[in-house]
Amino acid sequence: MTLDGFDSERSARITSVDWAALAEDESKRLQALGVDEGAEVAIMHRGIFGTRDPIALRLGNMTIAIRRAHAAAITVEAV
Amino acid sequence: MSRKYTAALVGNPNSGKSALFNALTGARQKIANYAGVTVERKAGRLILPSGEPVELLDLPGSYSFDAASPDEAVTRDVVKGTFDGEAVPDVLVIVIDAANLEQHLVFAQEVLELGRPTVVALNMVDLAERDGLTLDPAALSEALGVPVVPTVAVRRRGISELLAAIAEAETHADEEAHKRWHLTLPERRLSAKHIARGTILSKSTRHSIENGVDKVLLNPWIGPVILFGLLFIIFQAVFAWATPFADALEGGVGILSEATTDLVPAGIVRDFLTEGVLEGVGSVVVFLPQIVILFAFILIMEASGYMARAAFLMDRLMAGVGLSGKSFIPLLSSFACAIPGIMATRSISDPKDRLTTILIAPLMTCSARLPVYAVIIAAVIPRTTIGPGIGLQGLVLFALYVAGIVGAMVVALVLRSTVTKGAASGFIMELPRYQLPRLKDLAIGLWQRAWVFLRRAGTIIFVATIALWVLLSFPKADPGESQLDASFAGAVADALHPVLEPVGFNREMSLALVPAIAAREVAVSALATTYAVDAEDEDVAAEGVTEKIAALWSLPTALAFLAWFVFAPQCLSTIAVARRETNGWKWPTVMVVYLFALAWLAAGATHWIAVSLGL
Ligand SMILES: Nc1nc2c(ncn2[C@@H]2O[C@H](COP(=O)(O)OP(=O)(O)OP(=O)(O)O)[C@@H](O)[C@H]2O)c(=O)[nH]1
Ligand SMILES: [Mg+2]
Repeated sequence: MTLDGFDSERSARITSVDWAALAEDESKRLQALGVDEGAEVAIMHRGIFGTRDPIALRLGNMTIAIRRAHAAAITVEAV
Repeated sequence: MSRKYTAALVGNPNSGKSALFNALTGARQKIANYAGVTVERKAGRLILPSGEPVELLDLPGSYSFDAASPDEAVTRDVVKGTFDGEAVPDVLVIVIDAANLEQHLVFAQEVLELGRPTVVALNMVDLAERDGLTLDPAALSEALGVPVVPTVAVRRRGISELLAAIAEAETHADEEAHKRWHLTLPERRLSAKHIARGTILSKSTRHSIENGVDKVLLNPWIGPVILFGLLFIIFQAVFAWATPFADALEGGVGILSEATTDLVPAGIVRDFLTEGVLEGVGSVVVFLPQIVILFAFILIMEASGYMARAAFLMDRLMAGVGLSGKSFIPLLSSFACAIPGIMATRSISDPKDRLTTILIAPLMTCSARLPVYAVIIAAVIPRTTIGPGIGLQGLVLFALYVAGIVGAMVVALVLRSTVTKGAASGFIMELPRYQLPRLKDLAIGLWQRAWVFLRRAGTIIFVATIALWVLLSFPKADPGESQLDASFAGAVADALHPVLEPVGFNREMSLALVPAIAAREVAVSALATTYAVDAEDEDVAAEGVTEKIAALWSLPTALAFLAWFVFAPQCLSTIAVARRETNGWKWPTVMVVYLFALAWLAAGATHWIAVSLGL
């Protein structure tokens, strides 16, 4: 399943990322931050009403904000 | 005599490079708790223990040499020696966050591949301790093959050790680089993980405070309420808290003015001092307390780490107009001043996104507008409360800020569907750890802002005001004739007035706008000088500009003037920096034209509506 629909505050392992669905500079930035195959992430916070966009991810010792559109391109499995 | 060496600070954003730079050189570079504070190369001088000076470069934070945004490109070019007119730095100082080794070691390894003389500053060891980490710097040094110095930049811990390590590294500066084997990003990440594991001796299971605090501050319902509540309090405070200080300053200016009148014989010199310098420039200086209060709030938001959370909360709204939360930080900086705001857009990777942000940055209410707003509001808006703790004056000020923001959002929407059309941009940003703002940093930051403001008053505002005073004072009026009518400035006002009369401006206002092209605060000093020069007798001249406006302007006229300043691009420096950052005159021209058009329309609409409401 995609990270977008994954439960909050549950660890997930990234199994694949559909880089083609993302802009090039965004792909670079995500990879630079460690969002890549094999990484363990958890959604910690979701944004404002309705759309619940953006989302805050826990990744190692970091918290990073990404859009749901990015999360939708990331396939994860439960750990 | 040996040559002068250079060293450069490199590392991930927010690792404390600028804080170290300040500690090493005694400079006062801006530091703040979010990624992307430094966006250009800055040079300073450090003195090695031997007494030898070394040029030190502070660089923008970067995640990789494979740059994704203009600020990262600067770092890559400087470090690789492809930056215009600059040699490769002799020594590299890699700054890493001790509490986030796994991430920071990824870029550190990429830098180490260059094989240059390198020192690693293991910074923020205090935060690592706070998070319950015990680290082994010697193991890290072993794994990386370069010296590692634990530091706490903001407390100047480890600085002398770092200097010694830099001096050591410098002795290898003229050797051939020992380029290392190139690792791919996944390989570097894996190896970073291993090295981090080897460096962390123990890790207590203490919970970080971030998650708990963010549960409240990023809560989809409570979070935005807190953010807007905070902004509201700021604008109330700007008026409520500043009043006693502003009154004291005003009193001081009054005393100086009287003393000048007593001491200096009547004539052109006295007029120059009282009408030009004291009435004019003095009328701007009295807003220092307001500026300081505004900046105190901004600096606390920046230092605590809340700024990035505010960006998170605003992202949705920004997405609605085709921007992202990434634009929020430059825009928020623009509340201080559009110039650093426009500079800060360098951290935005998408070029169209960046251009849009540059074009709307002048709509954010910069601190130079504060004197203009404050003087008009104080003159025409009664000092009443409309509810517990809610002053009407503060509310009007808040409304003006909101008007700027709404205007910016509408303009962004239009731009994004016309000239900067393109795919909606994403939002990827680190949310930094929370920190308690340090009082000393805060005090230094406030002192710097106050100094910048006073320097402006002493330079650009002074010059523009004096130029206006000269134009107002000559030629001298015949007895019975108004000085304004007789002067050169009167002719300028007459020429401009027909354009601005339809939107309700009087002649003095039209005139004040001309020198205020240089800087917005000049509108206040220009009005003050104009009324002072034109005053028939000394008693009237002794009245402040606020009283003059209160007596002479109608409410619709005053409101129209406020509306004008929400939009008008009255700032030469902003136009200049927009030219530099967009590499040409095209976009600054677009900016100036659309902003003046909006200013005229907004002033007009305000005036016509206010008149028809019978205000
Ligand atoms: N507790 C602690 N805070 C630090 C230390 N060094 C820096 N900081 C804080 O960390 C934040 C970031 O510091 P900066 O010096 O602006 O970081 P930078 O690496 O220059 O960041 P960019 O310019 O965005 O790349 C600021 O809030 C500093 O006050 C440290 O050793 N300990
Ligand atoms: Mg910096």
